[in-house]
Amino acid sequence: MNERSGMLELEQVSVDFRNRKQTIAAVRDVNITIPTGTVFGLIGYSGAGKSTLARTINLLQRPTSGSVKIAGVDITTLGQRELRQWRRKIGMIFQHFNLMATRTVEENVMLPLLHSGLSKQEKRQKADRLLKLVDLADRKDAYPSQLSGGQKQRVAIARALANDPQILISDEATSALDPKTTQNILQLLQRLNKQLGLTVILITHEMEVVREITNQVAVMDHGQIIEQGPTTQLFLNPQQPLTRELLVDGDQGTEDMAALIKQYTAEERSLVSFTYREQQTDLFTLLKTIERWVEQIKLVYNNTQRVENQLWGTAVIAVRNDQVAELQQYVAAHPAVVANKLLKEVD
Amino acid sequence: MQWLANLFPNVVSNQTQFVESIWQTLYMLFASGVLVGVIGLVLGVALVVTEPGQVLANAAVYQVLDKIVNVMRSIPFIILLALVTPLTKLLVGTSIGTTAAIVPLVIGCTPFYARQVQGALASVDQGLVEAAVAMGLSPVDIIFKVYLKEGAAEIARTSIVTIISLIGLTAMAGAVGAGGLGDIAITLGYNQFENDVTVAATLIILLMVLVIQFFGDLVVKRLTH
Repeated sequence: MNERSGMLELEQVSVDFRNRKQTIAAVRDVNITIPTGTVFGLIGYSGAGKSTLARTINLLQRPTSGSVKIAGVDITTLGQRELRQWRRKIGMIFQHFNLMATRTVEENVMLPLLHSGLSKQEKRQKADRLLKLVDLADRKDAYPSQLSGGQKQRVAIARALANDPQILISDEATSALDPKTTQNILQLLQRLNKQLGLTVILITHEMEVVREITNQVAVMDHGQIIEQGPTTQLFLNPQQPLTRELLVDGDQGTEDMAALIKQYTAEERSLVSFTYREQQTDLFTLLKTIERWVEQIKLVYNNTQRVENQLWGTAVIAVRNDQVAELQQYVAAHPAVVANKLLKEVD
Repeated sequence: MQWLANLFPNVVSNQTQFVESIWQTLYMLFASGVLVGVIGLVLGVALVVTEPGQVLANAAVYQVLDKIVNVMRSIPFIILLALVTPLTKLLVGTSIGTTAAIVPLVIGCTPFYARQVQGALASVDQGLVEAAVAMGLSPVDIIFKVYLKEGAAEIARTSIVTIISLIGLTAMAGAVGAGGLGDIAITLGYNQFENDVTVAATLIILLMVLVIQFFGDLVVKRLTH
């Protein structure tokens, strides 16, 4: 497995659904590059096109136009047999698990190994190894109807890994699970990403899923990607209103901030927001040191978030207009601060 | 046993003929049953997988099969019996008798069973099919490992319905000289007013249905997880 082996490139992918009356553009000119080993989040409201887009990755949905390249190979040009071989390199898990009801857990995990050339004994051993990986070795003879949702999804994950795939697509795989089980599954996916170098693509409408384990996020709306970038960046500095809606906790209401900006502008003061790493400093210390350099600062707002396993603080300070440059210069130089922004009236 | 003979005097006096009619019914049931089962299963699977959007989607084939089944289903069996007489003569050499009856029985029952199979397979969760496609399984794999395996219990259930329906059809075939319990119920029971024969024939048929239902339910139970 080389560096490019799990790399996924979607180029100008569009999917149109045509019926007699109209054409619906479910996915419009999407361009995404997902490097090997990334945990990539695809977030958006229902109907945004994320599931349709995810299905173009293994051609469960054929794009109307555009190309899907895996490790440099455009899979839309492949014949049926070759496509099936490539599909074995891509695992997929679903919201409703899609386990075969008439097969045991072990048999379910063995199913993708049908054309692997392994003997029945070898298949069974591999299945058992995978079940151990997902902590379900003791239920291998159970039937899906006897399992809980979280257990079923773990079986589904083991099954998806049967052919040692380089990519795993998770289509709303935690949407039908309770928060605790969701966390459990996400931790498992993160472990697999780290241990196996598995590229994971997480489709979801829940911010909590994206927050902890993804490295990159793309936001979808009406078939288009409206914003994409590193997770931390999107959470701490979202550009689009929809991104803010989906990812940010709601605390920093834009209307409230606009009102505050107006208020302080009247007093000839400006608002500067900045983000810092909580591990390196705390707000109290930070404010105390800022006060030595900048006159008359006032804390207007502060918040703490956990993103990608780190604690981030955001603070908004009101400062006299003539002190803005000082403040910005100071915070930019501070080692714990990662970004700062002068908040203007028209946002 | 004497009281039984007193209740069914005409059955006793025609006992060889009565016993032979039981064998004839069983023969018709088995022979047509096997043919209906095989052809109907293939047809049912075809109706499911050639439908647009399915693993072996083929709009032309689907339309043709679908329309043929619809047409065949619309013809009342008793009329079908008369309609296929030329074909029967061609295949079997005669249009009278038990073996000859197999032709209209198979032609009449197969479309029914095909629709039953189609329904049973259509009830398999499409998500499973999607997962199988995502796994890189071929259409043949999906037919056997997903559709037929996951739909086995439902197919068994609809097969019981079909077999019992087929028993009824064999009785109808008896009305046109095919032999069997239907035949004897009409020629001796109805036409000659020997009502005990009619009752006895009905009881035997009832017994067959109960036995099939019983063993069928056992099979369905075995196949359900």
